[in-house]
Amino acid sequence: MLLSRALVFTIAIAACSRATSPATQARTDSGQPRYTQADVHFMDGMITHHAQAVLIGGWAVDITHGASPQVRALSERIVVAQTDEIAFLERWLRERNEARMDHQMLMPGMLTPEQLAQLDRARGAEFDRSFLTLMIQHHQGAIIMVDQLLGAQGAAQDGLVFRFAADVHADQTTEIERMQRMLAALPSGGKTP
Amino acid sequence: MKRFLCTTIGVLSLAACARASNVVTTKAAPTRDARIGLRAGWMDAAEAVWNLRVVSRTPPSPQFMNASEPGDFQFINSDISFTGHYAIQGNFSGVQVWDIANAARPRLHRAYVCPGSQADVSVYRNLLFVSGEALDGRTDCGTQGVSDTVSHDRLRGIRIFEITDIANPKYLTNVQTCRGSHTHTVVSDPDDTANVYIYVSGSAPVRSPNELAGCSAAPPEQDPNTALFRIEVIQVPLAAPERAKLVSTPRIFSGLTEPASHGESQEDIAAAARAAAAARARGAFTATVHGMEYVLDDVLPPSFINRMLDSVVKARQGTGAPTSADSAALRAAIQGIVDKLVAPPPGPRRGPTQCHDITVYPAIGLAGGACGGYGLLLDIRDAANPRRIAAVADSNFSYWHSATFNNDGTKILFTDEWGGGLQPRCRMTDKPQWGANALFTLRDSTMTFTSYYKLPVPQTPQENCVAHNGSLIPIPGRDIMAQGWYQGGISVFDWTDPARPVEIAYFDRGPMDSTKLLGAGSWSAYWYNGYIISSEIARGLDIVELVPSAHISQNEIDAARLVRFAFLNAQDQQKLVWPPSFAVPRAYLDQLARTSGLAADRVAAVRSELTRAEGLSGATRRDALTQLAGQLDGDAAGAPDQRKVRMLAGAVRALASAQR
Repeated sequence: MLLSRALVFTIAIAACSRATSPATQARTDSGQPRYTQADVHFMDGMITHHAQAVLIGGWAVDITHGASPQVRALSERIVVAQTDEIAFLERWLRERNEARMDHQMLMPGMLTPEQLAQLDRARGAEFDRSFLTLMIQHHQGAIIMVDQLLGAQGAAQDGLVFRFAADVHADQTTEIERMQRMLAALPSGGKTP
Repeated sequence: MKRFLCTTIGVLSLAACARASNVVTTKAAPTRDARIGLRAGWMDAAEAVWNLRVVSRTPPSPQFMNASEPGDFQFINSDISFTGHYAIQGNFSGVQVWDIANAARPRLHRAYVCPGSQADVSVYRNLLFVSGEALDGRTDCGTQGVSDTVSHDRLRGIRIFEITDIANPKYLTNVQTCRGSHTHTVVSDPDDTANVYIYVSGSAPVRSPNELAGCSAAPPEQDPNTALFRIEVIQVPLAAPERAKLVSTPRIFSGLTEPASHGESQEDIAAAARAAAAARARGAFTATVHGMEYVLDDVLPPSFINRMLDSVVKARQGTGAPTSADSAALRAAIQGIVDKLVAPPPGPRRGPTQCHDITVYPAIGLAGGACGGYGLLLDIRDAANPRRIAAVADSNFSYWHSATFNNDGTKILFTDEWGGGLQPRCRMTDKPQWGANALFTLRDSTMTFTSYYKLPVPQTPQENCVAHNGSLIPIPGRDIMAQGWYQGGISVFDWTDPARPVEIAYFDRGPMDSTKLLGAGSWSAYWYNGYIISSEIARGLDIVELVPSAHISQNEIDAARLVRFAFLNAQDQQKLVWPPSFAVPRAYLDQLARTSGLAADRVAAVRSELTRAEGLSGATRRDALTQLAGQLDGDAAGAPDQRKVRMLAGAVRALASAQR
């Protein structure tokens, strides 16, 4: 019984494979690759970009920097979300046999070594204010990367690339707005009156 | 029977055949959740079912699947809409029309290839609306994509089809928008029957003005006509739908800062209050900022309190160390000082730039907008010009995704699509208040947070899972909802008591693949004319039905089946109205029995009186029912659940009036 089911299943899948769906066929016929170098650059660059957010988000989660509970909760989510997205991006590249690039230049919005050092030194309310300011800058850089991608010839025709880029745009725009609210709500942020 | 299907139906029935032996069905609440550890597979994943019966599983049509690539992103099934005995299922490559007249055997009626994600679909009478947002959508439905950065072949917006002959959709026109349409909502205006309206939500970046004139992504202070910070409203004249056009771009976010009810989660507030109480006990100073109590030493430099104390000493013209009276004086004044310290917002505060989805409820003139970091309440009595009347934010919400009202309009539920749907957000490590539903009571335009509901079972890292689309199940007297959680499956829950939502049924499969995450699962699970119909991203169309259990009785199921729609878009919520039927009072009776809302002997007596009345006819039946309703009015005063007994009396009276 089980065997016959399995057999029928295999045959049917084979039949499906032969009857290539029209949409797949048309895309193949058009001769266009389903992704471009701009897509690869974006997906690869976003790994480097996300990695820095995970690094500094980790400082906020880590109690040694004295972040407030609000900043910690926000960062905890950023760390989980962007760690997962890095794994997703790495898989996207791996499955297309695309090697990681060496990003000598900082991606848009990324913190300079000086900014990183300054943030790492900050504690408590000062950390919250620096963190939110710099993470807003970092997120704004991600938005710029999405805009650059979508402005490139032939980019984001791959549905997965478009969906990911649009999600980054939507998620990080929302987080920027949230961080701006948090920044505004900080009790005079480490400055004495 | 199964083997017969296997050998004769072939492809379409495969899934059903392959899985028949994997179904785990239990009556009582499982002690170990049967959804844990389900075997992975595409069409042959193991399944767990509780208080539901799987009526059919229909793989995608051959045009909409890539047999050699499970989970091919190009063929993602998206949202679903209904008309007559058809289910219209969106797909990143087009639209599939299923004939579901026989729910056990849906038949493909039409597969319409027209790429452009995410193909959110809606029906209004003989019109079909389809959302296009991605860059590869074409106005001619071609499959070759659009590689130019600026092209007039690109479609981002709403496609409008006439479906009088549903097997042959007639592509009438497009309404292009600056950000495309991620989702849309059909809005009927009871005072404007010549038109129907569409609220367009687009979350992708704004396109070039060279592609669509007037599109601008500049901040409002640079360009007051920016395509950001607004929604779009399309008017569709029903007599001439091809003349559909953008009629307004309501700036429903303007002036939106922290809503008054902005709150951190109850958990955060409670944790902070505990920490603050402990700190106060050891003499620390605390103050409340935006509803949350802070220990000032933690958030301000240590010198702050000392300087404040010194100034108290100075104010009384004293010298030396502050006394305990000085501390007490400062303690009394500190909140006022902190209030002044809280900096005003720097720069313009604009709120979100767009909505993700809007659910309208025309019968009560309201809409719930899930917009960036906010849940909005909109007044839609003037459909073309929606107006914001309230807003909520929540520290546990990442991305407000969609909204559902309860039938009375006394509650609203928002979902948080944390991770955008591509990510596994139901793992053991993902908090129950993240990527969940937030439940609010709704009274006099005020939304008050009560609790979260998240799929109450962990999923694997190989399963994309987060709160997603659902709709109410029309069980009278209760708020029950079916909801898709992507690879978390379908969860049916009761949120009658918004403080204690509880799951009462589910259907879940194992992951697509045990080694990696392939996008799949229930995009939407909606109740339509007796069934829960789920759009499975990779596995096609699932139809399940409720079976009686300790949580839902046969009478309640029968009552739910009385509610029929001619067509349905879940985001255009229709008031649920039950036609007079014996099933309705019996459903209420079952509820009263379950909750001891009416004395057991009275429940039994009313049951037998209903049975007796059902055996009568005409005026005798009417009189018996009228008399019973009168008795129930009397019962209500002394009953533990007076409201439900009155509803029961009302249902019996309606039944009496229906007798000739």
